[in-house]
Amino acid sequence: MISHDSNMIPAREPPATAVGVLAWGKNNLFANPLSALTTLLIAYGLYLLVPPLVQWAFIEATWFGTDSNACSSDGACWAFITARLDQFIYGFYPEEQQWRADLFFAQLVVLIAWLSFKATPGKKWVLGYSLVMMPVVSWFLLYGDLLGLEKVETHQWGGLMLTLLLALCGMIASLPFGVLLALGRRSNMPVIRSLCTGYIELWRGVPLITVLFMASVMLPLFVPEEVVFDKLLRALIGIILFQAAYMAEVVRGGLQAIPKGQFEAFNSLGLSYWQGMIMIILPQAMRLVIPGVVNTFIALFKDTSLVLVIGLFDLLAIIQAGLNDPAWLGNSIEGYLFAGLVFWVFCFGISKYSQRLEQQLHR
Amino acid sequence: MLKSLKTVAALGALAAAGLAPVASASATLESVKEKGYVACGVSTGLPGFSNPDDKGQWSGLDVDVCRAVAAATLKDAGKVKFVPLTAKERFTALQSGEIDVLSRNTTWTLTRDASLGLNFTGVSYYDGQGFMVKKDLGVKSAKELDGASICIQSGTTSELNLADYFRANNMEYQPVVFDTSDSTAKGFDAGRCDVLTSDQSQLYALRVRLSKPDSAVVLPEVISKEPLGPVVRQGDDQWFNIVKWSLAAMINGEELGLTSGNINAQKASADPNVRRLLGIDGPKGKGLALDDDWSLRIIEQVGNYEEIFERNVGAESPLQIDRGLNALWNEGGILYAPPFR
Repeated sequence: MISHDSNMIPAREPPATAVGVLAWGKNNLFANPLSALTTLLIAYGLYLLVPPLVQWAFIEATWFGTDSNACSSDGACWAFITARLDQFIYGFYPEEQQWRADLFFAQLVVLIAWLSFKATPGKKWVLGYSLVMMPVVSWFLLYGDLLGLEKVETHQWGGLMLTLLLALCGMIASLPFGVLLALGRRSNMPVIRSLCTGYIELWRGVPLITVLFMASVMLPLFVPEEVVFDKLLRALIGIILFQAAYMAEVVRGGLQAIPKGQFEAFNSLGLSYWQGMIMIILPQAMRLVIPGVVNTFIALFKDTSLVLVIGLFDLLAIIQAGLNDPAWLGNSIEGYLFAGLVFWVFCFGISKYSQRLEQQLHR
Repeated sequence: MLKSLKTVAALGALAAAGLAPVASASATLESVKEKGYVACGVSTGLPGFSNPDDKGQWSGLDVDVCRAVAAATLKDAGKVKFVPLTAKERFTALQSGEIDVLSRNTTWTLTRDASLGLNFTGVSYYDGQGFMVKKDLGVKSAKELDGASICIQSGTTSELNLADYFRANNMEYQPVVFDTSDSTAKGFDAGRCDVLTSDQSQLYALRVRLSKPDSAVVLPEVISKEPLGPVVRQGDDQWFNIVKWSLAAMINGEELGLTSGNINAQKASADPNVRRLLGIDGPKGKGLALDDDWSLRIIEQVGNYEEIFERNVGAESPLQIDRGLNALWNEGGILYAPPFR
């Protein structure tokens, strides 16, 4: 008799070529001759490119030093960045006062963290503070001449601090202006509508660089000689006015997406125009335009570096000024790479934050 | 200097000149004393002339001219507020009263002097367009450059000067055009051209940036005149005189061998020229509405012309610029200041 062995044959592992790295590679990299060829070409390109880059940026690089002579000629001269890092962050802000700039940075981090996490209480108030008080508080914190704080004139501001300040003030102030302009452009009152349309078309039709030149070169000639209007303030106002026009068009896109029924609904409920707008229309419209608004913010963040043409030392300009120090001549690649990296980190951060915000609001 | 911007600046400033309020006479000195600092327009970064160092302190030849003015008027060379300006903004900033002196290697030309409402107070640096060539070409003079390929920055007057020079000498050349001075230098370094042309002060700064600075030489020929100097507003002759003579004090200081090191010992000198420069005898400070020690303070706190030249652009700096035209008139150059008498 044949004894029945009830034990099943144990399941075998699938062939090595059907799972894991090998399978992934086969399916994605070598699926057909053309893709195999492409893969090999790209791999060869990377082989040509990456080792010399690593060699230049890390292995042969010089990290610390006091001038260009300390750097090896084969590698990157990161010493240029490390030696001047303080200047790239604070500009010419006096060293003993830099805690004020640190406080400004800390405030930003705390506010953003507060608004990002779900568990934190009092979001409404924090948001209100961020949108209304923060630019003012930051300005006085950095400018001083108040409550015993030493005055630090704006021509000493610079670096990353100035870039962030310009971008933040531009973003925060342009949003309410933009909303008002968008509402104005859709208004039924002809005077308001044509004024708002005129404003938007005028400012959108001019490049930002022209606005900045106007603010820095022409404006001082129109005011009496005794009145010296702060250059940074002039540039900031120019940026806000310019940005508001773009913001208005983004917000208008959101307003147009709201069905007409919503407007009729709040009218029939007896709500006034402003009540209806603030409680019903805008909350829905703003939710829709988050991607557009963030897009505008990212563009603005990068546009702030245009202030270098009017002699304000934002991050990019101060790196360029550093490149002209006779002790550090010839480090332009390192300088521009660093500037690019910092800008990318911030823009990528803004983009990630907006994705998170969208998910939260659409849940 | 960036000449591509000159035309724009001149046009803008020309339009502006009509609008600019005329500065009330002799107001600048009072306002400087009241403010407690001299507002000095400098570049946003030009190696050796005005650039911020690691600590944010400004240094350079143009910067030291402003320090001298502060030493003369406010008794402290440190009391200067530096206002970084781009080439386009510089004349407006001066006309609108935002700055008191413009010391931003600005070329003295007829148009600027006559129609912008400005006064050039003198020449602090004689610049001119020159050529840099690879050493292994074995070229000794610009006259041997027939048929050469030349790296040049686009839209500058250097481009025009170059064309003029080659046409006048009946030679051919191949222009290789770049957008910024930095990329011009990179192109030269990479062997895209045999020759690089720019203002001489720039050539030396660009040479430092080459991977092998020793492989290039600057030719002796200078094909254009670029006298650079401090500028003030028109209509305030007292301030004009102060800036003019602050510069003259430094140049005369070198001529008489007075340095920041020996000036106190020289007070006992019997040389009448030295005694006049130090304000012990002679016209002193009265005509300028300054005290008698004004010129002594300039030399003591800032130095004579030789000191500021060598420190910022000369042998003691990475730029290694020769004195050349900027040597004193009795040492082979054309630097010449009117006497203190």
